[in-house]
Amino acid sequence: MTEEDLHRSLGLTDEEYDKIVDILGREPNHAELAMYSVMWSEHCSYKSSRVHLKDLPTEGPHVLIGPGEGAGVIQVGNQAVAMRIESHNHPSFVEPVQGAATGIGGVVRDVVSMGARPIALLDSLRFGALPTDTEEDQTAERNRFLTAGVVAGISSYGNCIGVPTVGGETKFEATYAGNPLVNVMCIGVAELDGIKLARAPGPGNAVLLLGSTTGRDGIGGVSVLASAAFDEGAATKRPSVQVGDPFMEKLLIEGSLSLIEKDLVVGIQDLGGAGLCCATSESAAKAGTGMLIDLDKVPLRESGMEAFEILTSESQERMLVVVEPPKVKAALDECERLGLRASQIGEVTDTGRLVCTMGGQVVADVPAESLGDGPLYHRPFSPPAAMKVRHFEPVAVESPREALLKLLGSANIASKRWIWEQFDHQVMLGTVAGPGAGAAVLRLPGSSSRIAVTVDANGRFGQIDPRMGAQHSVAEAYRNLCAVGAEPVAVTNCMNFDNPEIPEVMWQFVEAVRGMGHACEALDTPITGGNVSFYNQTLDEAIYPTPAIGMIGILPENVQPPSPGFVKEGDAIVLLGETRDELGASEYQRTIEGKLEGPLPELDLVKESATGWVIREMISRGQILSAQDCSEGGVGVALAELCIHGHIGAEVAPEPGLDPMRWLFSESASRIVVALGKDDVPELRSLAANLGTTVVDLGYVMGRSLVVEGLFEINVATLKDVYEGGFPKLMG
Amino acid sequence: MTPTIGVVVFPGSNCDRDADYSFDYLGADTRFIWHLETDLEGLDAVVLPGGFSYGDYLRTGAMAAYSPVMQSVKDFAADGKLVIGICNGFQILCEAGLLPGALRRNRGLRFRCLPVRIRVENTESPFTSNSMWPGQVLTIPIAHFDGNYYCTDEDLEELLADRRIAFRYCDVHGEPADEANPNGSVWNIAGILNEGRNVLGMMPHPERAVDPVVGGTDGRLILSSMLTSLVGSETE
Repeated sequence: MTEEDLHRSLGLTDEEYDKIVDILGREPNHAELAMYSVMWSEHCSYKSSRVHLKDLPTEGPHVLIGPGEGAGVIQVGNQAVAMRIESHNHPSFVEPVQGAATGIGGVVRDVVSMGARPIALLDSLRFGALPTDTEEDQTAERNRFLTAGVVAGISSYGNCIGVPTVGGETKFEATYAGNPLVNVMCIGVAELDGIKLARAPGPGNAVLLLGSTTGRDGIGGVSVLASAAFDEGAATKRPSVQVGDPFMEKLLIEGSLSLIEKDLVVGIQDLGGAGLCCATSESAAKAGTGMLIDLDKVPLRESGMEAFEILTSESQERMLVVVEPPKVKAALDECERLGLRASQIGEVTDTGRLVCTMGGQVVADVPAESLGDGPLYHRPFSPPAAMKVRHFEPVAVESPREALLKLLGSANIASKRWIWEQFDHQVMLGTVAGPGAGAAVLRLPGSSSRIAVTVDANGRFGQIDPRMGAQHSVAEAYRNLCAVGAEPVAVTNCMNFDNPEIPEVMWQFVEAVRGMGHACEALDTPITGGNVSFYNQTLDEAIYPTPAIGMIGILPENVQPPSPGFVKEGDAIVLLGETRDELGASEYQRTIEGKLEGPLPELDLVKESATGWVIREMISRGQILSAQDCSEGGVGVALAELCIHGHIGAEVAPEPGLDPMRWLFSESASRIVVALGKDDVPELRSLAANLGTTVVDLGYVMGRSLVVEGLFEINVATLKDVYEGGFPKLMG
Repeated sequence: MTPTIGVVVFPGSNCDRDADYSFDYLGADTRFIWHLETDLEGLDAVVLPGGFSYGDYLRTGAMAAYSPVMQSVKDFAADGKLVIGICNGFQILCEAGLLPGALRRNRGLRFRCLPVRIRVENTESPFTSNSMWPGQVLTIPIAHFDGNYYCTDEDLEELLADRRIAFRYCDVHGEPADEANPNGSVWNIAGILNEGRNVLGMMPHPERAVDPVVGGTDGRLILSSMLTSLVGSETE
C-alpha cells in the first residue's frame, strides 16, 4: 500500500493529508498519520458540527463550566455537579454487551476526570421494532437480541462499578433496526474547589498512566466505527470494539479520586476515543505545553505492538495524570495500595510538541495543538426536496378502550421494569425517586441538596420536523423536571444523526441544533456540553434525527415531589394546559395505524415555561399530591399511569368540543395532569389565570376503575396487567 | 457506650459507604478496614458489605475469601463477636467457610434490583432479637445476580434443626411461596446464621432500608438489633 492509499484507508481525505504535510513541513510517518487520522475523525474533531454549535446558549447563573471540557459543571448548593452524555451506537450494534458496557465506562471516566464522583447514570436507548401481534418484522429477533444485550451490558458494568442507573428511556422504531442508539448520561458530584481540568501544566512534571494495560483492542475505533456508515461488513468491524473490565474501572475511579483528594495531581484526563494520542496532545495543548512520552514505558497487553497501535489503542479503563516530581512517589504508592497499576510514561515539556520515542528512537514528533485543531467544515446543507408532510387523518380502527390497552402494552409505553430491574438503581443511597416514573430525584452525597434528572428524545418528531422535534424534546425534559417540583437549570445533549456529507442530513442537524438552542434559551436551561454522533446509517437506512436531551433541575429545600400515582379517593383531577386535535407523529398513530405523518403539535415555549412555573409553585406549596406529564399517549396514558402507580381508579369526563378519542390520545404540548385536594383547586385556578395557563377540571380519584365518561370503564388491575405485562411479552 | 462497627473494604466493594452511612445514621461509630489490614482491635462488629469484590471474577466472593483481612475476621467470629455479610458479603462468608452452602446465579439468569419481603424465622440471634417477632414480614431491597442460595440436604436439615435460618423470602401474607422467591433459593432462604449465631449472611440489603428519604425503614430493625445487643452485652 502506498502512503497515499494508506491515508485514505485511515479515513483522511487528500486535502487533510496535504494539511498534515503543511503542518509538519514533511511527509508524516506511519504513526503520525495514524494519530492525525483518529484525532481528525468526525468523532474527535467535530469537524462538521463545530461551526453550528458555537452559537448555543451556554451561560447561566448555575453554570460553572460549559462546553469543551470532559463534562459540564453546575453549582448546586455548595457543591459542584458534573454532567455528560456520550453515545456508543455503532459499537453496540457490532457487539451489544461490550458496546454498551464500554459506553458506560467512557462517560464515567469523563466525569471522574473532572474530579467528580459519579453518582448516577441514565440511558436513552433506541432499537428496531419488536415483534407485534399484528405483523412480524424480519429484524424483530435481532432487535430483541440487541435490546437484551445492551441492557445486560449496562447492567453488568454499571452495577459492578457501584454507580446507580436511576432513569432513562427506551423506545422502538423500525428506523433503528440497523443502527440502535445507546446514549449514556453520567452525573457526578464534587466540592466546589475540587473540580479538575484536563491540563498538563508545568514543564518537568511527570506524566503517569493509570489503569489497564494497552492492547490492540479498539484501534481506530473513532475513525472506523464512529465516523463511517456501515455496510454488509459490520461483523468484520468487531475487533474495533473494546472489551470492558468494570472491576478495573472501579479501581480507577477510587484511585483517581483518591489522588485528587490527596492533592497529588495537577492535571487529569481520561483515555477515551483516540486513546493515548488524544489524552496527551489535548492536555498539553490546553496548557500550552508539550509532552515527551516513552512508549516503552506503556504497559502492554501483548508484545510486538507498533508505535501507532500504542498511541491510538482504545483499550478501556485508563487515565492520564500529571504529577509534580516531588509527589510522584506518593502517587505511585497510593495507586499500589489500592491495587491500581500506575506507570510514569513521560514528562511535560515546554516545546509545544508531542514527541514519542520507542527503542530510543523518535517515532512521532508533531505540534500538540495541531492534533486537536482539526479541519473545520462548512458542509453544505439543504432541506429535502420532498418536504411536504402528510397530514394525518385517523381512521377509527379500534374502540377507545382497545386503543388505550393497546398503547399501554406497546413497546414504547409499557413499563420497562424488565429493563430497569436489571440495574442497581439504589446503591449510594441517593435515589429518592428512581426509574419507572418521570424524572429521577437524587440526594447529593454529604448534603441535603436534591436534584432531578431526565433524558428525553423523540425521533418521530425529529423526522417530521427536526427543528421543532428538538424543541419538543427540550420542552418534554423541562416538563418532566417541573412535574417533580424541580427548577430546570442545565442541559447536556447527544445529537444522533446520519451522514453529514449528505446535504439533507446536514440540514436536519443544523435545524435540530437551532431548535435545541432556541428552546434552551427560552426556557433558561443553558447547554453545558454535548456529544455529536454522525454516520448513524447501515445499508443506506438512515435513522430519524434523534437529539437526546439530558436535563438537570434543582429541588428547593423542603419541597416534596408529588407521587407519580393517585394518592387518595376524592382528590380532584385537573389538567394543566390546552388540548388540541394533535395526533401527528403521536404514539397513537404509530401503535394503532402504523404510520408516521404530521404535522407536529404546536409548541409555545412561553406557555411551557408558564405551566412549569405554575406546577412548581403549587408543588412548593405542598398542594399537588400526584402529577404526570402528558407526552406519548396523551391524557389517556397519563391517567392510566396515575391509576396504575396509585392502585386507585378515577372518574373523568372528556373536554367538550373535541372528538373524545382525539382528546384522549392527542399529544398537545405543555400539559400536565395533576391531582390535588378539592379545596385547593381555586388557588391553582387563580395562580394559573395570572400566567394564562389553562386549567381543566377532569374529575375525581375514586373506585377501582378508570372511567372515562361515555367511552369506557377499565379495571385498574387490568390496566396494570397490560402495562406491566406488555414488555416482558414482547421480549419473549 | 457507642459500639464501633468495622466496614471491610475489598477492591470492588461498592456498598461500603452505604453500610457506613446507615450505621452512622443509627448512632454507631464506624471505621473502614482496607482488606490488607489485619488488625480488628477495638471493633465491636464487622460488616462485609455488598459489591463485586475482585470483580467477582472466578466466583462471587471466591478471591475475597483469601484476602488478608479474612483470617482476622475468622478469628473475630471465633471469639463470638458479631459479623454480618450483606449480599457480596454473604457470598464471601460462604466461600470462607464461615457459613454453609453457596450462592449461585439467579433463576432467570438476570440481575435483579427490587424490594422483596422476607419473614423473620427466629429471633434467637443478636441480629433479630430487638423489637422483632417470629413471622414478622420485613420489606428490604435486593440487588444481585448471584443470590440463589444452595446447600446440601444435610446442610439444610442441620440449618432447620438448629434454627439457623434467619430470613426466608415470603409473600405479603408471610407465606414463603415460590412466586415470592426472587432468585430460586433453596427453601426460600434469604439469610442464615452460623452455629454460634454471631455470624449472619443475607442477600437483601438492610442498609438500604434505614433512611426513609431513600427507602423503607425495615432494615433498621436488623442493624439496630445488632447495636442494641452490643450495648446490652457491654452493660451485663
